[in-house]
Amino acid sequence: MKSNVILRVIAKMLMPFMLLFALYVQFHGDFGPGGGFQAGVIGAAAIIFYALIFGLPAARRLVPDRVVEAMVGAGVLLYAGVGFAGIALGGNYLDYFVLGHDPVHGQHRGIFWVEAGVAITVSGVMLKIFYMFASRGHGLDE
Amino acid sequence: MVGVTLAIVVQRNLFAVVVLAGVYSFLMATVLVALDAVDVAMTEASVGAGISTVLLLGALYLCGGEEAKPLSRPWLPLAVTLVVVGALVYGTLGLPVFSDPQAPMHVHVAPRYLQQALAETGVPNVVTAVLASYRGYDTLGETAVVFTAGAGVIALLRRRKRK
Amino acid sequence: MIALGHYSYWVTVLLMVAGLYIVIARGNLVKKLIGLSIFQTSVYLLYIAPGKLIGGTAPILAEGYRVYSNPLPHVLILTAIVVGVATLALGLAIVVRIREAYGSIEEDEVLKADRAAGKDAADGV
Repeated sequence: MKSNVILRVIAKMLMPFMLLFALYVQFHGDFGPGGGFQAGVIGAAAIIFYALIFGLPAARRLVPDRVVEAMVGAGVLLYAGVGFAGIALGGNYLDYFVLGHDPVHGQHRGIFWVEAGVAITVSGVMLKIFYMFASRGHGLDE
Repeated sequence: MVGVTLAIVVQRNLFAVVVLAGVYSFLMATVLVALDAVDVAMTEASVGAGISTVLLLGALYLCGGEEAKPLSRPWLPLAVTLVVVGALVYGTLGLPVFSDPQAPMHVHVAPRYLQQALAETGVPNVVTAVLASYRGYDTLGETAVVFTAGAGVIALLRRRKRK
Repeated sequence: MIALGHYSYWVTVLLMVAGLYIVIARGNLVKKLIGLSIFQTSVYLLYIAPGKLIGGTAPILAEGYRVYSNPLPHVLILTAIVVGVATLALGLAIVVRIREAYGSIEEDEVLKADRAAGKDAADGV
């Protein structure tokens, strides 16, 4: 599909908007519909779109396998880490109100980092599963 | 939506079935918006119509796209299905009527969350507040489930470089 | 009036039963997985429809709105959707492996090949 000019141009125009929309959904999950899961899926969909138009090796150069596998684990660790930070600062596991100078700020921080962890893991897993399914076929052809 | 589902049951070309499943997900997302579930609708649209369709197409590419004709008339499954329909409809007659403010689900914990969410967490989106703060353990478990699914797919589909 | 009040439940039951029929009566493994996901979406409807209050709005606190729809089923179903897609991904990975091992994804052919292989193993071949 790389040879089709229309698809290439449209893909290059749309990709930044898709990634920006993913970030918007992530950070405005507090004030409107959205949050970690939707943002992670939209971000993964943007990279999958790039892979569909420009080919899997190009997508692999853009987001290498190591980075994706690191993302899969890092999100869960971030989430668990926020819980441990709650213990370190004097509360129970996953207490947010001890994380800031007043409880509401602590809640804001806790929710921010937790949603970030969720988005990282979800987008990493979706992208990794796509990579595995797409590269399996190439292996069969050889 | 019922029409699309019946088409999925009957249709044998798997590519058509996958496209119909995507249509079904979009219709479900629209119904969810009409039911005021905006977060859920966004998740269903992106996950059901986006990622599910991509994964199903990937699997179809690796597996072949036609379903064989069923060998025998499926009387036993039809009978089981009708019995289940009867039992479920009988069961739903005891459920609360649509949009009843006095139903048990509306009077116990939900009003407390709706009233206290802004004061305790400072987040206007009550669904995010409940998901990330009040029921944070559940979201931790769910993230672990997603991680496990990714690890499982890697374990199943990885190629060993022993050649 | 009882018919109109329970309409959403009956649509749910119809979808659930259609998904169940696909799972038990069709032999193709990929179609079975799609039937399973239809079954799951009918359960989402089962949870969210009773949470809606006519005249209410989405559960995002804002000035000027006094009636909100119940946010708790939304939270449950958000988790359920993500778990559903995780199950679908794992199921599809297993189907791909079955296809590579047996050469087909029809349930009866796979069972026949399994029984033949089991008989050969029992005969000491």
